Amino acid sequence: MRFVDEYRDPVAARATLAEIERLAAEQPARAFMEVCGGHTHTIYRHGIEHLLPASVELVHGPGCPVCVIPMGRIDDAIAVAHQPGVIFTCFGDMLRVPGSNGSLLRAKAKGADVRVVYSPLDALRLAGEHPDRPVVFFAVGFETTAPSTALTLRRARELGTHNFSVFCNHVTIVPPLKAILDSPDLRLDGFLGPGHVSTVIGNRPYRFVPERYGKPLVTTGFEPLDILQAIVMLLCQLRDGRCEVENQYTRVVRDEGNPRALEVIREVFELRPHFEWRGLGFISQSALKLRAEFAPWDAEVAFDVPGVRVADPKACQCGEVLKGVLKPWQCKVFGTACTPETPIGTCMVSSEGACAAYYNFGRRIPTRSTRVGVARSAIADR
Amino acid sequence: MCLGIPGQIVEIIDPALHRAVLDVEGVRREVNIGLLVDDTDPVAVGDWVLVHVGFAMAKIDADEAARTLAFVRELEEFIDEIDLMDGGTA
Repeated sequence: MRFVDEYRDPVAARATLAEIERLAAEQPARAFMEVCGGHTHTIYRHGIEHLLPASVELVHGPGCPVCVIPMGRIDDAIAVAHQPGVIFTCFGDMLRVPGSNGSLLRAKAKGADVRVVYSPLDALRLAGEHPDRPVVFFAVGFETTAPSTALTLRRARELGTHNFSVFCNHVTIVPPLKAILDSPDLRLDGFLGPGHVSTVIGNRPYRFVPERYGKPLVTTGFEPLDILQAIVMLLCQLRDGRCEVENQYTRVVRDEGNPRALEVIREVFELRPHFEWRGLGFISQSALKLRAEFAPWDAEVAFDVPGVRVADPKACQCGEVLKGVLKPWQCKVFGTACTPETPIGTCMVSSEGACAAYYNFGRRIPTRSTRVGVARSAIADR
Repeated sequence: MCLGIPGQIVEIIDPALHRAVLDVEGVRREVNIGLLVDDTDPVAVGDWVLVHVGFAMAKIDADEAARTLAFVRELEEFIDEIDLMDGGTA
C-alpha cells in the first residue's frame, strides 16, 4: 500500500535503529511517552519495544479515546440504548467497554437495538431510513474525530433530521497532556506527539510542552519508520541541548492544522467546564459538548441520562497504565481476569489500548523474561 | 478509530455535498471531503488523502513523504559506510 509499505522497510528500520543505538550510547537513559494509542498499537504490533536499546524506554500515554471513557458514561450510553424505539449506534470498539453493569454488547443481547457504524454519517443515514425511530450516535474521540461528528450534525440540521442525536464524549488532547506534565511522579524526557490529532490542531498548541515544562515533543506518524525516526529526532534534541516542537509527520501534519476542521468544531461544540477521565480524574475544560444551537440533536437533552459517577473496579489499574506509571503486564489482573474477551478495564478493549495491544502482540519471550525478572526482584526486595 | 487509512480519491460524486469515492488498494468507499474543500489547494481526483471514520482529514504530501524516506536512506548509506570501514580495518 502506498505511503504504508515504504515506511515498513526492514533495511531502513535497521539503519534507523543503528542510529538510535549510536545516539543512546552517548547520553543517559531516556523515557519517552507516546501520547497516542495509535502509536502504542504500532509499537506492539511491530515489536519496536524489543528492538530499542535498553536505555530507551517507551511509556504509553492516555491518547486512546476508548480507554479514557469513564464507566459512568458507558452506563449513560446503555441507559439511552434501552429507551423505547432507540437505535443506538457506535464504533465497533465501544461495544465491549464495560460499564458498571455490563457493556453495550450485553445490552444488545438483552434486546437493545445497538448497531456498529463506520462513520457518524452512517448513523445519520439510518435516521433517514427509520424516520419513526430515534437514532443516537455515541461520539467518542479526540480532535481527530470531532470534526466528523460536527459535520454530521451540521448536515442533520440542513436536512432537518430531528430523529437523530449525538451522545457527545469528545475530548481534547492538551488538558490531559498538561495533567501528565503536572504529575509529581513525572519521569519523562520527551514526547512522541499524536500524529492524527495534529492534522486537525497543528503543531502550535504543543509549544507549552518545551516552553513551560522543558520537554521536547516530536509529532509522529504511525508506521514503524515514523516512530523510529521520531526517537532519533528526540535523542538529537536532547544531545544538542535543544528543546522544541518538531514535526516528523510532515507528509500529513501542517503547523497550522486543518483550519476548516477547527472552524466546524468551534461552530458545533463548546468546552465542558469539566469532564471525568478514567484514571486521570476530573480535568477542567478537557471535553466538548454541543452548543445550545444544536440542542435538538443533543442526546443528553433528548434523553434522561443517569449521569452517575461510578468508581473503577478495585482490581483495575487502567489509571496507572494510562498515566504511564505501570506497564500493562504489571497490572494485577492483566491476562488473567482481564483479557480482550472479558475486559475489566478499558485499556484491554480497544485495539489502541495499551493492554490489548500488549496482550495481542507483546506477549513474547523477552516480555515473559522481563516479567520473571520483575517478580524476582520483587522477591529479592523483601 | 484513530488509525487513519491512506487512499486515493478516484471520483468526486457531488461537489456540493462533498461526496467522493476513495480507493484503498482496490476497495472503494464513499468518503466525505468537506474538511478539505476550503484549502487554497482543494482536493482533486488523483490526490492521496488520510481518512478517518469516513472523512478525508488531510492530504498526503508526496514530496514530504519522499523527504522523510530520504532521511532514512541517508542513514542507510551512513551505516553501509561504517560497515565498510569495519570491513576495511578487520
